Amino acid sequence: MNRDRMVHDANQIALYFASGPRDEALAGIADHLKKFWTPRMRQEIEEYVRAGGGGVHELARDAIAKLVP
Amino acid sequence: MISLQIDGKPVSVPEGTKILQAAAAAGVKIPKLCATDSLQPFGSCRLCLVEIEGRRGTPASCTTPVEDGMRVTTQSTKLAKLRRGTMELYISDHPLDCLTCAANGDCELQDMAGAVGLREVRYGYAGANHLKAAKDESNPYFTFDASKCIVCSRCVRACEEVQGTFALTIDGRGFASKVSAGNKSFLESECVSCGACVQACPTATLMEKSIIDHGQPEHSVITTCAYCGVGCTFEAEMQGNEVVRMTPYDDGKANHGHSCVKGRFAWGYATHKERVLKPMIRAKTSDPWREVNWEEAIAYTAREFRRIQAQYGRDSIGGITSSRCTNEETYLVQKVIRAAFGNNNTDTCARVCHSPTGYGLKTAFGTSAGTQDFDSVDDADVIVVIGANPTDAHPVFASQMKRRLRAGAKLIVIDPRRIDLVKSAHICADYHLALRPGTNVAIINALAHVVVTEGLVDEAYVTERCEAAAFEQWRRFVAEERNSPEAVAAITGVPAAEIRGAARLYATGGNAAIYYGLGVTEHSQGSTMVMGMANLAMATGNIGKRGVGINPLRGQNNVQGSCDMGSFPHEFPGYRHVSEDATRAAFEKAWGVPLQAEPGLRIPNMFDAALDGSFKGIYVQGEDIAQSDPNLQHVSAALSAMECVVVQDLFLNETAGFAHVFLPGCSFLEKDGTFTNAERRLGRVRKAMPPKNGLADWEITMALSNAMGYPMHYAHPSEIMDEIARLTPTFAGISYEKLDRLGSVQWPCNDDAPGGTPVMHVGGFARGKGRFTITGFIPTDERTTARFPLILTTGRILSQYNVGAQTRRTANVVWHEEDLLEIHPLDAENRGIKDGDLVAVASREGETSLRAQVSERMQPGVVYTTFHYPSSGANVVTTEFSDWATNCPEYKVTAVQVRKTERVSEWQREWWGGHESRPHGA
Repeated sequence: MNRDRMVHDANQIALYFASGPRDEALAGIADHLKKFWTPRMRQEIEEYVRAGGGGVHELARDAIAKLVP
Repeated sequence: MISLQIDGKPVSVPEGTKILQAAAAAGVKIPKLCATDSLQPFGSCRLCLVEIEGRRGTPASCTTPVEDGMRVTTQSTKLAKLRRGTMELYISDHPLDCLTCAANGDCELQDMAGAVGLREVRYGYAGANHLKAAKDESNPYFTFDASKCIVCSRCVRACEEVQGTFALTIDGRGFASKVSAGNKSFLESECVSCGACVQACPTATLMEKSIIDHGQPEHSVITTCAYCGVGCTFEAEMQGNEVVRMTPYDDGKANHGHSCVKGRFAWGYATHKERVLKPMIRAKTSDPWREVNWEEAIAYTAREFRRIQAQYGRDSIGGITSSRCTNEETYLVQKVIRAAFGNNNTDTCARVCHSPTGYGLKTAFGTSAGTQDFDSVDDADVIVVIGANPTDAHPVFASQMKRRLRAGAKLIVIDPRRIDLVKSAHICADYHLALRPGTNVAIINALAHVVVTEGLVDEAYVTERCEAAAFEQWRRFVAEERNSPEAVAAITGVPAAEIRGAARLYATGGNAAIYYGLGVTEHSQGSTMVMGMANLAMATGNIGKRGVGINPLRGQNNVQGSCDMGSFPHEFPGYRHVSEDATRAAFEKAWGVPLQAEPGLRIPNMFDAALDGSFKGIYVQGEDIAQSDPNLQHVSAALSAMECVVVQDLFLNETAGFAHVFLPGCSFLEKDGTFTNAERRLGRVRKAMPPKNGLADWEITMALSNAMGYPMHYAHPSEIMDEIARLTPTFAGISYEKLDRLGSVQWPCNDDAPGGTPVMHVGGFARGKGRFTITGFIPTDERTTARFPLILTTGRILSQYNVGAQTRRTANVVWHEEDLLEIHPLDAENRGIKDGDLVAVASREGETSLRAQVSERMQPGVVYTTFHYPSSGANVVTTEFSDWATNCPEYKVTAVQVRKTERVSEWQREWWGGHESRPHGA
């Protein structure tokens, strides 16, 4: 998948949830990705985050790191 | 109740009823001409005269209210003489051409002549008359023959009372009085061609050209319009298998006998010469199309899809359902994808319009749908229209809304553009918050800030109905200074005092109802804005009763239905996530196959997957993604990368240019099914003629499924609805039998609500407690710069519909031959642009050219266009920024520069085959 777009979309999701408390934001981001992203998209963004995740919003990075495949 | 006797028959009617209506209730027919059920009494024709015991004279029964104990006589020698005398006067100035008149057999004047026993006209026909009055044939759909006019004012009153346009008037006095469209031809006038005047005319004065051409219909079929999300009920009036007129149905619960120019008149596309009726295939898109029979087309498609899956994996194909097709057809497409393709790669065109509505309202209330029925607006005291243009896009509901506004409801419009509702005949918005595109969330937070900080929260409602902790969190958030009207004024461009005034009106003005459109959803914060509106409505207690609510105005006829039917990749029918084990188990048991528990690809994901080589085949039913989706270069590249693109449509649309299989679809006139309108109302679509292509769309999908080895055996769409009802709790009580019996039904319809649910969340929310969410304003990434200093926003107009595939193939083009770029005079002057100039519109994504329309509707810095013609290329310039939650494209905000140009853009020249100007219809 298009990595730039995935990163952008993940950051947009993170920015929305960033308005709330951090623990809720992390749970909200993870829940959103599980509900709406295909397993392959989640896997690719996880791999990217594990590889450094340049450009990924800090909240998104932490939420993605906790995603269970 | 008032009790009286009419011709000796006792009858009881509500107070205020007029004698004419009471007589009808008693089964007594009183001759009449100027009176009709759809209009207020007028009392001008002098035919409905009656005698009332104990009273002098012969009052008009249409205007005289009933009284207790009244004894009314409708037939007497005296009355008969008076009526005959009146008819003699009418007929002395009326052409005696009944046998050749288009209204022959459907003329109330003719009927009344018979009813009153007219046998002679003592005055003769040689006196002064109007028989040579000119006939106005300017309107493409109806004529105005003044020689046949009896000046009953029905048309004038219909234009005022029913449509609310006030385009017609009676000019002159006495014998010289005549119906006038503002002393212009109908085409040049303010007439919106809704047909209300034609419907109301008792003679052939206003007459459909189709009836003049064909004669009177011999049977009719009641069905549902296939244009916008109002979902008007129509009678398709037929001669054999040919439609000769579409007449709005009086008992239609969404339209109450009204219509717009599209549904009433623009149905000719169904028989347009460009319609494709034979299946076609080609191995490569550079090959010519080859006509084949249905068996070969279906077998080829199935073979290709299976080949692709064998080569690239199960998830390498998918499909797109259509908001123009029926619920049953949509259900089948997502079923064939989930069950026969074996994946969840199903999506729908709601992705690009109202997907944020689904997300936002489900989050706040627990159901992905609007809260009210249309009639609820009759009880609204404050109407808020946000990012919608109802008079153009939902005209029949707009007429109902305007009636309520003329009766005194207050109006707040939140829109960058000065839409007609801001100021039109007898309507003036109390507030027009002309915000900058992309700042909706800042405005809604500021409105909420005023409500919270000025003590306008309905505390009792919130305490009883909403989650306490989430509300307190939200209350603290919106009370922050950054959300104050003063703080956001610089962001939105709206003065703080106007925001404060609008907020106070919304919170304190009585029942307050929000109506919104794509100006809310098609933003990077579309879902946030939907939740922001829900927050505001809950905080003020404006959910759960008549006259209030959050009401999405759906763009296409079946957007609601296509979403309901499980078109999204993450949801089964009824908005249940594919990961819910019990739901999935129910579908697996019913469908007999294992189903994926993970979401599939959304449309933009499909494009990306196509470009990375993992998505190779797509089944597109009734959707033109190569015109309607953003950044068309990206869409084109994705479609070009696929190995089997299957398009099922009426016409060779833009997407068909990338297709390997074309399966001809059929129009709504040719099939059975249901549409669900914006108020969750399921209306029957009934077959008025056999499919011209040989198969209804649901039969095509079923054939494809069978060919792919997943058998389906439906004999009729009613069986598909029965399956939907069995598997979907909110539809459990719906059947064709019930729809036929009740006319239409609003879901939820089940044991708890066997007759359906006009207003949702009464007494409690679908999710239990209403949920407030934090809606921080996050500016879009699409920014204006010195290079791209203007914001382009998009919309649609009355006479055209979406990508124009239907309306461009009708006479509606006389009102809109091309898409124009509206630009404020200041911006135009700064660029040396005059009205009608060709201008180049350039964004970071691409460039197109349009004719300029200099207009003060726009605010400086904002330009606007429609997207009804493919060669306009609105989506050549739009970006791929999208709603954070749903990927709904941000069509409403594109940074552009506009300059005067002498040449059309390169891609347009190529599109037009080397021509510098647009060929007709392109």
